[in-house]
Amino acid sequence: MDIKKLAILARLKLTPKEEESFAKEFEAILAYVDQIKKVDISDDSEESTDLVNVMRDDDESNQTGAMTEKLLSLSPDRDGDYIKVKKIL
Amino acid sequence: MIDVKTLSIEKARELLHKGEVTSVDLVTACLEEAKKNEGETKAFLEIFEDAMEQAKEADKKIKAGERGALLGIPIATKDNILIEGKRATGASKILEGYVAPYDSTVVANLKKAGAIFIGRTNMDEFAMGSSTENSGFFTTSNPHDKGRVAGGSSGGSAAATAYGGALGGLGSDTGGSVRQPASFCGVVGLKPTYGSISRYGLMAMGSSLDIIGPIGKTVADTEIIFNAAKGTDKMDSTSFYPEMGPRLREDDTKNKKIGVIKGLMDTEGLDKSVKDNFDEIISKLQKEGYEIEEVEIPLIELSLAVYYIIMPAEVSSNTARFDGVKYGLLKPGKDLMEDYMNTRGEGFGAEVRRRIILGTYVLSSGYHDAYYGKANKVRSILRKNFDKAFEKVSAIITPTTPTPAFKIGEKSDPLSMYLADIFTVPTDLTKGPSISVPSGFAEVDGKQLPLGIQISSPHYREDILFEIGKVIEKIR
Repeated sequence: MDIKKLAILARLKLTPKEEESFAKEFEAILAYVDQIKKVDISDDSEESTDLVNVMRDDDESNQTGAMTEKLLSLSPDRDGDYIKVKKIL
Repeated sequence: MIDVKTLSIEKARELLHKGEVTSVDLVTACLEEAKKNEGETKAFLEIFEDAMEQAKEADKKIKAGERGALLGIPIATKDNILIEGKRATGASKILEGYVAPYDSTVVANLKKAGAIFIGRTNMDEFAMGSSTENSGFFTTSNPHDKGRVAGGSSGGSAAATAYGGALGGLGSDTGGSVRQPASFCGVVGLKPTYGSISRYGLMAMGSSLDIIGPIGKTVADTEIIFNAAKGTDKMDSTSFYPEMGPRLREDDTKNKKIGVIKGLMDTEGLDKSVKDNFDEIISKLQKEGYEIEEVEIPLIELSLAVYYIIMPAEVSSNTARFDGVKYGLLKPGKDLMEDYMNTRGEGFGAEVRRRIILGTYVLSSGYHDAYYGKANKVRSILRKNFDKAFEKVSAIITPTTPTPAFKIGEKSDPLSMYLADIFTVPTDLTKGPSISVPSGFAEVDGKQLPLGIQISSPHYREDILFEIGKVIEKIR
């Protein structure tokens, strides 16, 4: 388990001390969850299908602008009707 | 002064309708209890300033003859459930400053029933934990012993309900987070069938597992809250509650049959007090005419392993939204990547970061099938095995937790904390309903610590849980 690489993927900064302690903890946790490897499952076991179709036709259920101000006011950095972020590319 | 420590919602309703108490009286009494207890227990993150206003409004309605299932009843909500205009942080520093822009459906439903909201309660950060020790702010202690945990992740709601800071509470259950703290605090906690209460407005932890659950002093109280909360919601495509007529048992012969899972009592770490209490309840149920039958549920011993693969995977996806852009904390860096790294590195506590990394791992290329894919297959088979058991019995009984409440700081190793969920996790995986009912006490270090017993039933058969739960309340 490459904790440094995973931290970057997850966009998380970890302290070197945490990297070390996490590594130890993950060893134990992975050893525990690795138990599922010993289960022999035939490939045609289908996933549980108690699904109900809840699709609906498109409709005008969203009122344009109803939530705009409420949502924008929560953003740490806002410019009019835009949320400001640093350069992406 | 009304004794809200012992007053049930059912009884409070009766008194309100008769005009013997007012909602203002109830809130006054709850606030008095909070004043007495919060110094030690710390169940609440915030007691709402407008609680009394809400009570006065409710009293106007009651006087005008209005009736509602929860009209005038003060309810505490877990900090991951949105109430419009109120702060909500999931007990995390990363949501500093966040004010909910809308009502969660569960709150909207409870408002329709007339409920008033007295405050938001402490929890493990984003529901990740079994003790509230992972809260970004402080630990909630157990009203029965302040040196011990209230349980988690809905520890605040359970503790507040137990000491009378509210007449009932809402929590959320993903691996046991309603039932376990209810058991530790000596109150009732219901985990309903997945989907029966909308998740719209509940901060997502594990989307295929999360379900909001009512906490109350009595089984009947949780039934009242559940009935007000449940329903199919078009805002949550995973919600579904079938409209049904009165429940009739199809097969009379398994009506009064309760299953005990083979091998259960050999669970490692099962406390003697829990085992003795369990045996006692079983024999009392038998005297009430219930037949106890052993059932086998193959693969149940893998439940925790399956859970600790699926849940972190879903957690890692659900927490991606906390990036310092749309809301909450921003710890800026020199570029966008540093904004993310700093904000999430500092805004999330250790357990949240632990689970995100674990989840990222089990979903990563090369490991996805072996972990997440396989865990879901095992989950499917486990569900089928439970369904098979329910062909023979109408309910399955287990202790809720392997031990009574543990000491604050005792479970410092993550894995040992995870093992506390061993009895509750299976029905989060199967999505079936389970209830924890107080069943007795264990005497530990001169204190009486509550014990709980858990009953599970087939999907959408909460009625079976309420029935057996009420019997246990009578005979315990």
